[in-house]
Amino acid sequence: MFSSVEAGLIYAVMALGVYLSFRILDFPDLTVDGSFVTGASVAAVLIVNGANPFAASAAALLAGFAAGVLTGLLHTKGKINPLLSGILMMIALYSINLRIMGKSNVPLLQQETVITKITAAWRQAGLDAALNRLVSFTGFAPRTWAVLVSMAIVALMVKGLLDWLLKTEVGIALRATGDNKPMVASFSANTDWLIVFGLGLSNALVALSGALVAQYGGFSDVGMGIGMIVIGLASVIIGEALFGARSVARATWAVIGGAIVYRLILALALRVEFLETGDVKLITALIVMMALVVPNTLAAQKERQRKKRRVRQLERGETVAGAETNYKSV
Amino acid sequence: MLELKRITKVFNEGTADEKIALRGIDLTLAPGDFVTVIGSNGAGKSTLMNIISGRLSPDTGEVWINGRDVTALKEHARARYIGRVFQDPMAGTAPHMTIEENLALAYNRTKRRTLSLGVTKQKREWFRETLRTLHLGLEDRLAAKVGLLSGGERQALSLLMATFTKPDVLLLDEHTAALDPARAELVTELTKQIVEQHRLTTLMVTHNMEQAIRLGNRLIMMDGGQIIFAAEGKEKEELTVERLLEAFQRIRGSQFASDRAVLSS
Repeated sequence: MFSSVEAGLIYAVMALGVYLSFRILDFPDLTVDGSFVTGASVAAVLIVNGANPFAASAAALLAGFAAGVLTGLLHTKGKINPLLSGILMMIALYSINLRIMGKSNVPLLQQETVITKITAAWRQAGLDAALNRLVSFTGFAPRTWAVLVSMAIVALMVKGLLDWLLKTEVGIALRATGDNKPMVASFSANTDWLIVFGLGLSNALVALSGALVAQYGGFSDVGMGIGMIVIGLASVIIGEALFGARSVARATWAVIGGAIVYRLILALALRVEFLETGDVKLITALIVMMALVVPNTLAAQKERQRKKRRVRQLERGETVAGAETNYKSV
Repeated sequence: MLELKRITKVFNEGTADEKIALRGIDLTLAPGDFVTVIGSNGAGKSTLMNIISGRLSPDTGEVWINGRDVTALKEHARARYIGRVFQDPMAGTAPHMTIEENLALAYNRTKRRTLSLGVTKQKREWFRETLRTLHLGLEDRLAAKVGLLSGGERQALSLLMATFTKPDVLLLDEHTAALDPARAELVTELTKQIVEQHRLTTLMVTHNMEQAIRLGNRLIMMDGGQIIFAAEGKEKEELTVERLLEAFQRIRGSQFASDRAVLSS
């Protein structure tokens, strides 16, 4: 469970990227499946070749940005529809990722990574002992708190950055582009440029998340991105359903929460004896389907009951809001 | 202020659906001119508006704004000089953003967008003052999502967003046509008031002849991609719906093509 929260926080960065493309730009961007691996591959290869893991992660972020920019250009300049632009980039990136790694899997187990560095520094500072004392009454003591705390900080920094960006003049134009594109052009904003930039940023976050996942899991694999967009959507949709999305700041909280809840649901599901690790994608799809269908069904049912109640009240001759003015209005 | 030089536009050239939308339109608006444009469906009014705004590019001819040839400028670049209100009240605002965010977007029409805060305290105060001139109580609902507003309120807001940055040219494309009569009247009044206050150079397309006569200092009538009738000054002031219809019949020798134009007169 503890590791689910850790993973959830790392994947939250990816989910925030998906939120940016899917919700803010209204662009269902499938590049994510490819750019996640691009981030992982770039980071892994650089680390194996002796680069500083923090610099490697930054390079992964830039690579993701480039991938997103290309998708944006395919859509805006090439006039290819959003889904297809993303699919084309995703499939192209599969080969590119193989080229980057030179093989289908790069292990990082013996390497210095962001995770090992932070954990080491953390241990030196003796913070684990302090935190364990705080929760000692629960009898629970994790391996280390380093990953949880540092990844929470990363996720919050990304959230803060997004919240701030979307409040700036550029950010407002970005949001309006996803809300009413023709209108944005009439207020002299270049929607093509905004879409390219937005997708770049979105995939930069996805690639950063991929780089961190590779370092956390100890390998980069060409197949690790399959279904990543669905996991991102699951986090966004679960988060919004559970925590609401009235404002941008609220929605980004919800996305982080959704990413963690998704990992927890997955961990619980995998405890069921009948299910295997290979069923993860199926479970993910089912979670998304449920997150999409259940709220609608509940709302419809509530609405039906509300109407029935009103009819019953009218039959009983009670006064009902709205009914008394019937004869007055024309 | 706005100059159109021999603008032509043909759609689907060389096919069975070929349609000549504009046949050599020449039109010059002096600063402060308020020109109303009437004409039946398919007369070329919307095409003309889209060519001025840059959504369409003309086959031949030039568009000049404020002494500058803007024919080659893209829609968003040209929007620095142009304020626009569309027919559809949903078209001019972003529904999932708040009133103040919409105004902030409009505020940057003439300025480069930067990474500074879109809605500052200072701007918010100014937005509030500006909204007050609409007398719709919107100044107390700055943080409300625009999607919650009625059609009339949204159109009034669109009008404000298009004008409060004082564009060189204001384009109104049947912006009251989708509203109920009371709301249409309100938006018409606001249009009159705002255009007069800022002395905006305005081109307004309308299906409503009575409105075309009541507003502005000049009136033009379009048919078949041409300007077939123009009136200004005293002649415009003395126009009536009957006289307009007579003029049309005299020129075209046929009944006014659009039932809607007659019905709404």
